[in-house]
Amino acid sequence: MRLLGFLARRLGAGALTVLAVATLCFAMLHALPGDPCDFDLGETATAADRAQCHRERHLDRSIPAQYALFLNDLAFHGMGRSSVHHDRTALQEIAEVWPDTAALALCATLVAWLTAIPLALLAATRPGTRTDAAVGVLSLAGMALPSLWIGPMLIGLFCVALPILPFPGPDASGLAALALPSLTLGAGLAGILTRMGRASLREVLKEPYITAARARGLSELEVVVKHALRSALVPLLTVGGAQLSALLGGAVITEKIFDRRGLGSLFLEALQRRDTPVALGCVVVVAATVVLIQLLVDLAYAAVDPRIRVE
Amino acid sequence: MRLNPRAALGLPMVLTFALAALAGPWVAPYASRAIDLAHELDPPSRAHWLGTAENGVDVLSVLLHGARLAGTVSLATVAIALTVGALLGGGAAFVGGRLGGALARLTDAAQSFPSIIVNMAVLAMVTRPGVEHMVLALTVTGWVGYARVARAEVLRLRDREFVTAARALGASPARVFFRHVMPNAAGPLVVQATFGLGAAVLAEASMSFLGLGPGASASWGALLDQGTAHLLRSPRLALIAGSAIAITVLGFNLTGDWLRDRLDPRS
Repeated sequence: MRLLGFLARRLGAGALTVLAVATLCFAMLHALPGDPCDFDLGETATAADRAQCHRERHLDRSIPAQYALFLNDLAFHGMGRSSVHHDRTALQEIAEVWPDTAALALCATLVAWLTAIPLALLAATRPGTRTDAAVGVLSLAGMALPSLWIGPMLIGLFCVALPILPFPGPDASGLAALALPSLTLGAGLAGILTRMGRASLREVLKEPYITAARARGLSELEVVVKHALRSALVPLLTVGGAQLSALLGGAVITEKIFDRRGLGSLFLEALQRRDTPVALGCVVVVAATVVLIQLLVDLAYAAVDPRIRVE
Repeated sequence: MRLNPRAALGLPMVLTFALAALAGPWVAPYASRAIDLAHELDPPSRAHWLGTAENGVDVLSVLLHGARLAGTVSLATVAIALTVGALLGGGAAFVGGRLGGALARLTDAAQSFPSIIVNMAVLAMVTRPGVEHMVLALTVTGWVGYARVARAEVLRLRDREFVTAARALGASPARVFFRHVMPNAAGPLVVQATFGLGAAVLAEASMSFLGLGPGASASWGALLDQGTAHLLRSPRLALIAGSAIAITVLGFNLTGDWLRDRLDPRS
């Protein structure tokens, strides 16, 4: 019951947050100088065309009425019609690219965790050694080298110099096309996770219960993997959650480098075409995802660390 | 005294960037958009040490002019974001109470939203973004990091003996804040600003790469955009532009890491 109450409260608060983000966007759009119809119609538009455009977009109504219509569209009409592809709603446009975004985010997260955890274990159990130093350099490189650099280098290496993977483009599909973008994004995430994981493990390994586990005669492997890793994961979950949120909307650079579709690219395209409903829809979807992921992270906390209870 | 390896590696990178940003446009052999259509995407030659880009523009000159843009944007962004963040975050923690709590929640919420989305949205609002719009777009998200650091520092320092002593001696709250608390929070903020300079260079390159940068100025990100478009014909472009960005960002990160060990009392 406690869990249900927790979920209800958090989802309610989350819905309010998303509404606040949507309202903020609406307010910002209306605070901007200029007529949104100017961009669609060009400079040669007649007064009649202009009035028609205003009527279609409800710009002739009062601000509160426009806000009500905006919320109505958002909730019940697929977040409003795209102002570029009039027969499609923003939600349809987003749903079309969502699988690509989710696949990339998931693969990049997988790459990051599968590299970071072994490296962190390796470094934390051998403090002050060369291995530790090497992992330190590697994680710093992962953190500091931008995907702007890693992406083109990987393409140059694996698609041009040593062509074992398909050159990125709209035709490339499947796992082969997902490998390099996931690696590009995953490297940066892995860098941060490795460094945090190492620090967190070092702290946990100093705890008395680890000494107790060793005293009971457990092997070092059991002590580290079964006892230390679990509590060391807790601080990493927050970072991992934030990274996942950032991946969903913020992979636009990697998407552009590898010529992939995705939420970030759709947002950029919508901004450049002044397709307000689609751009707003993207922001709302990203906000909702951020809220949901934070909720999942909090639930994962409670699952990993029995001292933490949801309430 | 042995020089720390991170400083030995990072400081030269940062200094090279600073020098290029400072003197670049004066020493650049060509203007940043000197068009020479007969020599498009040429390999390096005596006339063009790093070859040419689209429209025969000299790559070395683009790099040098681009360093000026990256330097200007990052310095301005960090200066404004640091001031705003330190005052808001530090002030909120110093005042405490409901206002402080509300501001802390605001920074938490702002932190969790992907900043690149906000940067893109702000830049897309203007038809022809200039340097000042770029700085604005990066500041809108940039202040949050400083606010969090300042908040943590002020919470740590607020009830220390020397602060209580200053209060007991009759110093005004503003004097206690600016003369006693904030100077002691400076170390972690300087560390954060060092990382912030690298992050701003990267963010400027990213926005320019996406075509949202100040089109009137040469930019490393825009050069990289050309590079990825011509990756098959001339991989050199992407390599040069990407490396300029990567080395600069790496330099600031290495330097920040080194400074953290020296300046941050918590580490």
